[in-house]
Amino acid sequence: MVIYGVALLSFCMLVGVFAGDVLGHLIGVQANVGGVGIAMLLLIILSNLSHSKFTLGEPTEKGIGFWSAMYIPIVVAMAAKQNVIAAVSSGWLAIVAGVAAVAVSFAMIPVLSRFGADDQHDS
Amino acid sequence: MILESLSTVLEKNALITAFAFVGILVWISYEISGHLTRGHIHGSAIAITLGLVLAYLGGRATGGDSGLADIGLLSGVGIMGGAMFRDFAIVATAFGADIDALKRAGVVGAFSVVIGVVLSFVVGALVALSFGYTDAVSVSTIGAGAATYIVGPVTGTALGADSGVIALSVAAGLTKSVLVMIGTPFIAPRIGLNNPHAALIYGGLMGTTSGVAGGLAATDPKLVPYGAMTATFYTGVGCLLAPSVLYLVVRAIL
Repeated sequence: MVIYGVALLSFCMLVGVFAGDVLGHLIGVQANVGGVGIAMLLLIILSNLSHSKFTLGEPTEKGIGFWSAMYIPIVVAMAAKQNVIAAVSSGWLAIVAGVAAVAVSFAMIPVLSRFGADDQHDS
Repeated sequence: MILESLSTVLEKNALITAFAFVGILVWISYEISGHLTRGHIHGSAIAITLGLVLAYLGGRATGGDSGLADIGLLSGVGIMGGAMFRDFAIVATAFGADIDALKRAGVVGAFSVVIGVVLSFVVGALVALSFGYTDAVSVSTIGAGAATYIVGPVTGTALGADSGVIALSVAAGLTKSVLVMIGTPFIAPRIGLNNPHAALIYGGLMGTTSGVAGGLAATDPKLVPYGAMTATFYTGVGCLLAPSVLYLVVRAIL
């Protein structure tokens, strides 16, 4: 049933976000630490487990696949609700700081990509 | 009469209206991508950019801070694009992710988060210094804002920064996330962002969940789970490091 997939997804997200909140409290920061990441790991583990121990039926997979496919439209809606005005109208400092942070971070990607990639790339 | 009842229906069914609206927006974007750019610019990149432009116009028209979602008829866009649905969809993308790619990049991924936070913080702090801020609290708050727009206010509040400085830190973070959304598809080929390993590092270095989510969606949706995975740890690590270790270092230098 499709709802099994949606429920499994919900279960993973709730457990992950809860764990992220607890983790945040434990280390004393006012933020969720990796909640969504933990939820993703949980889903990956559960779905990989399912291949060996039990099988998720096709409708169940469709329940997850639907939300995965809704990802881009949801991101488009997310873009449409951003406070773009605040980003572009609060002066040069904010813009320069944002642009510089992005530029430097982009530049670091090829540098870091070399580490740990040896076994899959020749370069 | 007819117009009134139409707008009542649209407003009462806000989320459904948003589905229809975003559907039309995405369709227009893919038409533009196919006909005007011959597929050179991906449809989702155009859709996200159009979304941001509409958010700007919406903010202009209403004076609110939620872009298009502040317009009554389109308030459902705020629900659809809110953190709940966004995170739900991000988790769903993990289904079918390559568990071996995750294992291989585990350590580098964790490293990239810490390096990403420190790097953005240092860059933001240097910019703050060059704009004439000299007190450790303001410099740290703006540096934290260059990490993400959540780390900025969390740090500023913890350190007791001026509310104007906190607003600046949010704006710096917003600029970053908007730029990551728009810039990623263009820069991706040059920085080798075309495999899960690089995507993990990208997520860790950029850190802005919305920026990474939008940027990877517009580049290659297959890479989304890897980038999103590391990015979700970034804000937490930033909130941990910025008001503590990084602030102390700034105070010791200034």
